[in-house]
Amino acid sequence: MVKYTEKIQEIAKRLLQEEKVDVFIGYRKGTMPMMNQPVLITAPEEAARLYWDNFCGLNLCNYLTKRTDRIGVIANGCNSRNMVTHIIENQIQREQLYIVGIPCEGMIDHRAVMRAVHYKEILDIEQNGKTFVVKGADFEETFEKEKFLQSNCAVCTHRNPVIYDELVGELVEEQTDVSAYEDVEKVEAMDPEKKQGFFTRLIGRCIRCYACRNACPLCYCPTCFVDESKPQWVGKSIDPTDTLTFHFLRAYHCAGRCTDCGACERVCPMGIPMRQFTKKLNKDCLELFSWEAGLTLDQRPPLDVYRPDDYNDFIK
Amino acid sequence: MENPYVPYPVRIDRIITETEDRNLKTFRFVFLNPEDEAKFAYTPGQFAELSVAGKGEIPIGIASSPTEKGFVSFTVNKVGLVTTYLHNMKEGDVMGIRGPLGNWYPWDEMEGKNVVIVGGGFAFTTLRSSIVYMLEPENRPRFKDITVVYGARTPGMLLYKDELAAWEQRDDIHMHITVDGTDDPDWKYNVGFVPAIAEQKITSADNAIAIVCGPPIMIRFTQPVLEKLGFPPERIILSLEMRMKCGIGMCGRCNIGDKYVCKDGPVFSLAQLKQMPPEY
Amino acid sequence: MTDKVYGKEKWIQGLEGLKNDYKIYVPVKDGDFHAFMPMSEGKAPDFDYDNTRMSPKAVMYPESERLFEYSLDDADPEANILKESPKDFSPRAIVGIRPCDAHGFQIVNRNFDNPEYRDPWWVRRFGSTTLVGLGCNRPCSTCFCTAVGGGPFHEEWLDALMVDLGDRYLVKGLTDKGEGFLAKMTGGTPADEGAYKEAEALAEEASQKIVSSPPTDRLKDQKTTDLFNAPFWEEVAFGCLNCGTCTYLCPTCWCFDIQDEVFGKQGDRIRNWDSCMFPLFTLHGSGHNPRDQKFQRVRQRFMHKLKYYVDKYENGVQCSGCGRCVRYCPVNIDIRDICERMNNFESA
Repeated sequence: MVKYTEKIQEIAKRLLQEEKVDVFIGYRKGTMPMMNQPVLITAPEEAARLYWDNFCGLNLCNYLTKRTDRIGVIANGCNSRNMVTHIIENQIQREQLYIVGIPCEGMIDHRAVMRAVHYKEILDIEQNGKTFVVKGADFEETFEKEKFLQSNCAVCTHRNPVIYDELVGELVEEQTDVSAYEDVEKVEAMDPEKKQGFFTRLIGRCIRCYACRNACPLCYCPTCFVDESKPQWVGKSIDPTDTLTFHFLRAYHCAGRCTDCGACERVCPMGIPMRQFTKKLNKDCLELFSWEAGLTLDQRPPLDVYRPDDYNDFIK
Repeated sequence: MENPYVPYPVRIDRIITETEDRNLKTFRFVFLNPEDEAKFAYTPGQFAELSVAGKGEIPIGIASSPTEKGFVSFTVNKVGLVTTYLHNMKEGDVMGIRGPLGNWYPWDEMEGKNVVIVGGGFAFTTLRSSIVYMLEPENRPRFKDITVVYGARTPGMLLYKDELAAWEQRDDIHMHITVDGTDDPDWKYNVGFVPAIAEQKITSADNAIAIVCGPPIMIRFTQPVLEKLGFPPERIILSLEMRMKCGIGMCGRCNIGDKYVCKDGPVFSLAQLKQMPPEY
Repeated sequence: MTDKVYGKEKWIQGLEGLKNDYKIYVPVKDGDFHAFMPMSEGKAPDFDYDNTRMSPKAVMYPESERLFEYSLDDADPEANILKESPKDFSPRAIVGIRPCDAHGFQIVNRNFDNPEYRDPWWVRRFGSTTLVGLGCNRPCSTCFCTAVGGGPFHEEWLDALMVDLGDRYLVKGLTDKGEGFLAKMTGGTPADEGAYKEAEALAEEASQKIVSSPPTDRLKDQKTTDLFNAPFWEEVAFGCLNCGTCTYLCPTCWCFDIQDEVFGKQGDRIRNWDSCMFPLFTLHGSGHNPRDQKFQRVRQRFMHKLKYYVDKYENGVQCSGCGRCVRYCPVNIDIRDICERMNNFESA
C-alpha cells in the first residue's frame, strides 16, 4: 500500500509537471481511520497529498462525468470498468483520460472491522499486507485482511484494471473459484411474498438520503426520476412503496452497466446491503447475455442496444 | 396557538386571462369565511401562498390593493405543477390562501417623496397593487410625483391592459409603457427595453425612491441606469423571487446569506443586497 | 432536590413504571448501531452506548409527518378545505440523550419558535418532552461539544442528568420538568456525597478526553461576503456526493419540504425533512437555480451553520459538536476542518 501511494504520487507529479494532464484525481488520507477522501489536485507539489490504502472503496469514475479537461485518475478493476462504461456512454472521452491502473487486492469492509472490535472506537489502523492491526484507546487487535474484504471484493474476478495507461505495480492474480451469486440464488428460490418481504425489510432503514445513487457513477442523469415533479413518479415521504420503487427502478436502470464496485453499499449511512438490488440483474446479464459490464470499449451494454435481428420474440 | 400553516379557504370568484399567450391569468378570490378577510390584512409588496389541495402551495405576490375590498387577487404565471393545475381551475372552485407573508415596500419612507416604479413582464403584480394603493384619493396626497416605466415583450404580453390605459389618461401619474418590439401599426406607446426607456423618461433622482421589479436581466441593466441618475442604493428597492415552501422563515430554502426572502424580504434595498452574498 | 442514586436494574424498572405517564424513548441496539426507540416497543434500553447513529430529532420533528388532511370528493361540502391531522402531544421523555443532542434541540428551537412565528407542532412537542440526559463517560475522538459551548456532562439544556457510576446511576433533577419526572419514579436512594464526588471525577476525566477543538472565535467578525467568496469552497466540495447523510443525521439541521399526497379522493399535506445538499431544494419553477452547483450547496451548509446562524441568533454556531457528520460522511468531509478554515480565513 505504501508502495502504491509513493508510486501514485510520483506518477501524478510527473504528469502534472509534464503537463500531460490538467488535473489529477485520487484519494487523500482521511481525518479518521478507514475513511479517505476523493481529491483533485492541479499542481505537481500537491502530489504529496495523494494516498492509497485498503479503504479506497468509492468509485472515482463518479468524479469524471462530463469534465472537459485532461484528467489523470487512478483506477482499480471496478473503477476502470466504470470508466469504460462512461466512455461508451459519452460521459468522458478516452483521450481525456490518463488512467493510472491499480492492481487491486480488495478493500476492507469498515463495518465488519467495527463489528469485530465490538464497536469500540477505533483510533488507528496499521495495514501490513495480509494483516492489519486495529488500535483503540484500550485495545489492539490483529486481523487477516482476507476475512474482512468488502463483500463485493470477496467475489471480484476483475481486480486488475481493464484499461490503463500505466500501472502502479505488477498485475495481481485474478480470483477464479468464487461463487458470486449464492445470495441471489437464495432470493430467487423464495416465493413472491417472501421476496417482497425480503426487499421490504432490506429498505426498512432507508432515510432516502440518496447517498447510494450519488456515489454511483452510473447515476449521472441530470434529473433523477425521483426528483421529477412533472409528473411526480415517486412520493417524497417515507412510504415503503415509494422507497422500494426508488431502489428497484434505480437497479433496473443500472442493469448491464453495474460493475459491482460496492460504492452504493459502502456509502449507505444506514448500512443497507445495497448490492442485493443490483446483483440479481448482474447475474441475469451474465446468464442471458454472457455479459459483464465495462470489459470492452467495442460493445454497448445488452439492454442499451436494439437489433432488428434480435432472436428474442418480444422485440418483434 | 395560531397555526401559520393553515390556509384561509377561498372561492375563485373571477379568472381573467391577461396575456396573448394565455400563460398569465389573474385570479380573484373571495374568502369563504367573511371574517378571514380582516385577518388577511396586507400591505402592497407582500405575498401569499396559494394552496391547492392535492397539489401544494406556491408563493405569489398580491396583485390587489388593500384599498380594494371584498376580494384579493393574484396574477399567476403558468410554469410548474401547481400553477398549471391552477390555470385549469374554474370560477367557483374552492382552494386556500395563506398569508399575508413577507415584508412590503417601504411606505413610510416613501411618504413625501417622488415615487419611480420600474417593472417588466409579469413581475408587475405587486407594482399594480402599489399603484392602485397610491392613486386612492385618500393616499394620493402622501406621495409626490409618481412615474411608472412598465414594459413587456409585446403589447399582448402586458398585464392589466385596461387599467394601464386608464392610468395613461390621468394627470396624477406619469405612465411610460413600452414593449421590446411590435408590428402593430396602432401601438401608441414606447418601443424599447425597459432600462433604455427608464433612462429617457426618468429625469431626476431628487427626493425620489425607485421600486424595481422584473426579470433578472432587466434588473441588472436597470440598476446602473438608476445609479447614474443619482439614486443611492438605499433608495433603490427590489423585490426578489425564490423557491419557498413555508413562507415563514422555517423551512430553510429561500435564504440569501442570513436573510430569508420569505420573511425578511421579498423586498430589499440595493444597499441591503450589496451586503448579502450574490446568491439569488 | 430529588437527586437520587439508582441501581442500574432499578432504574430500568423505574422507567417501566412510568409507561402510563410518559412515552419513553431510550437508546436501543439496532443492527450495527443504536437508535432511539419507544420503550413500549419491547426493546431493552442499552445505556452503555456512545451515541445513536440518527440524532433523536425525529422524536420531536418526525422525518415525515402528516400536517393536514382533506377530501377531494366534490360531493363532500368540505372538499378542498384543509383540516389539521390529529396528533399525539402527550408527555414524552427521551431518557439517555447525550448533552450534545439536547443542545441540538435548543438550536432547532430557535428556528421553530421565534417572536414572529411559532411552529405549532414543534412547540407543543418540545414543551411536552422531558430530556433526561446521560453524561458521556467516553467521548469519541470526533466529538467537539466543548468547542461549541457544551460538554460531555453539560446540564444547561437538560431536564435531568444521569451519570453512569459503573453499577449505578446518579440522577440529578435540573428543571421542574425533570424534578417532576423523577418524583414519579419509584426506587432510588437519596444521592450521597460519594456519588457526587465520583460524578465530578468522571466529568473531569471525560472533558480531558475531548481532543477536537475547532476554533469558532473569529466567525462572528468575519465578513459574510468574504467567507462566501473564499477560495476554498470548490476544494472542500470536490469529494462531496451531495447526498443527504450529514443533514439527516444532524441534530441541528431543520430544513423541510411540504408535499401533498393523494390517495383516491383523500389527500394529505405532509412535511418531510429536506436537505440543502439536493439541487431540488432551491430550484425555481422557471428552471433557474441559485444553488445549481455542488460547491454552492456545500458552501450553503457550512455557511448556514457557521456564519449565517451565528449572525442571526448571536448564540454560537448551529452545531452541537456531536460529530455524527464527521463519522458518517461517506467521503470524509470534516466540519472541524472547514470550521477552522472559515474561522482562520484572512481575506486578501
